[in-house]
Parts: sequence; C-alpha cells; structure tokens
Amino acid sequence: MADMTAMRVSYRMDSTLESVNQAEDLATRVAAKAGFDEEGVNRISMAVREAAVNAVLHGNAYDPNKKMTVGFESTSAALVITVSDEGRGIHPNDIPDPLKPENLLKQSGRGIFLMRAFMDEVRIRSLEPGTEITMIKNVQGEGAEGKEESK
Amino acid sequence: MIVDLSGRITLGEGSVVLRDLVRDLLNKGSKRILLNLGDVTYIDSSGIGELVSAFTTVRNGGGDLKLLNLTKKVHDLLQITKLYTVFDIKDDEAAAVSSFSK
Repeated sequence: MADMTAMRVSYRMDSTLESVNQAEDLATRVAAKAGFDEEGVNRISMAVREAAVNAVLHGNAYDPNKKMTVGFESTSAALVITVSDEGRGIHPNDIPDPLKPENLLKQSGRGIFLMRAFMDEVRIRSLEPGTEITMIKNVQGEGAEGKEESK
Repeated sequence: MIVDLSGRITLGEGSVVLRDLVRDLLNKGSKRILLNLGDVTYIDSSGIGELVSAFTTVRNGGGDLKLLNLTKKVHDLLQITKLYTVFDIKDDEAAAVSSFSK
C-alpha cells in the first residue's frame, strides 16, 4: 500500500566517476523502494547516471574543489530527483537536438535528451554558479502501476 | 571479425575499451567488424557516443561495422536515439557475417 510518508535524502559528492556510479546505485535503490517496476527502475537510474555524468564531467570538470549534490524526494505521488553541480552552467537553449540528421552521428549531446525520454518531467535551472537538474517520475506513470512488492 | 562484448559500455568503463579495440582492429587491417552486444547489460550516452564514433571511424576507413544480438534495453536505447536506422543491426550471426561480403 502506498502511504503518505515522504522520504527525503541528499548526498554531497566529489566530482569523480565513482560518484557517478554511486549516484546511479542510489537511484536504483531509491526507485525500487518507491515501488517502480524493473523497467521503471532502469529508466530512473539511467536518467540519474546521465545527470551525474553531466554534473561531474561537463559541469564540475572533475574539479576536486567542486561538489555534486544528488537529492531524492519520494512521496506516494512521485519520485523527485535533483542533481546539481558548481560548474559554469548551461543554457537550455544551447542544447542541440540529437535527433536532427546533422547531429545523429555526433559522439555526444544525448544526455539531457535521454533524461527527458526516461522521466516524466525534466527541469534545468541555472544556479550561481552551476546547474540544477530536477527530474520527476510519477508513481502513477508507466513505472509502478499495479505492481506491489511483496516482502 | 566478430567481437563479443559483455558488461557495461559506459563512461570510464567500456567506452575506452571499445575505442581502443576498434582502433586496434583497424590498425591490423580488419575492416569488417561485427560487434556482438548480446551480453552487454548497460549502455549510457557515452557508450552510445562510442558506438557511433566506432561506426563512423570504420566507415571513414573504408570498412563496415554492424551490430549483432541487441538486448531489449540496448535496442530501446538505439530506437529512442534514432540510431536504429543508422546502424546495420543483425540477429543471426551467420547471416550477419555473409552480409559483409555482399
């Protein structure tokens, strides 16, 4: 049974590849606990991995003095995940569409597109300095419908 | 040349392995490369980028790179990113091998 209990946690991490893997693992665990099915959990953890790669690689550029913050808020309605960095920031208007024919064979530029494909809502906000990405997956969505974990 | 890949193709893990492997194959003169992704459990956007890069590198070198045995997860990813139509994707190894010589 879904209850009204909200869970909120946040982690401040170094700008390393280990943190990217850690963020992905955390997302997997939180999403499973929130009741999403296997496919939903996969999509959520992939979206979080993409956001974490952006934060560590493009945002903080592996700078040991800059941190990535990953936050999870789970309610009966949705799982809300924020990933923020302390980098130079991105402008949402500058993000190219990876599906355009001229971009199809580019090596990079698919991260935010994949986050949008895997989550119900993705918001990008500029911080001073840095970028915050908020990703929402609704519990009623394709993720958790009709499947309850029996423990 | 059939290459069996397994595990994860992600930033910091399989991406570099894949890049080095394709470069080695090209240096050794292998121009027809079939990547068997049957045991690949996970690909992120860096891994997709590496696959695309391998594809264009091999093509630019006058060769061809095809993909074999996609898992559902990888299949879905290539579909979402519209790369399903870019890559030549095969389900049957023998048919895939013979398709190179045509």
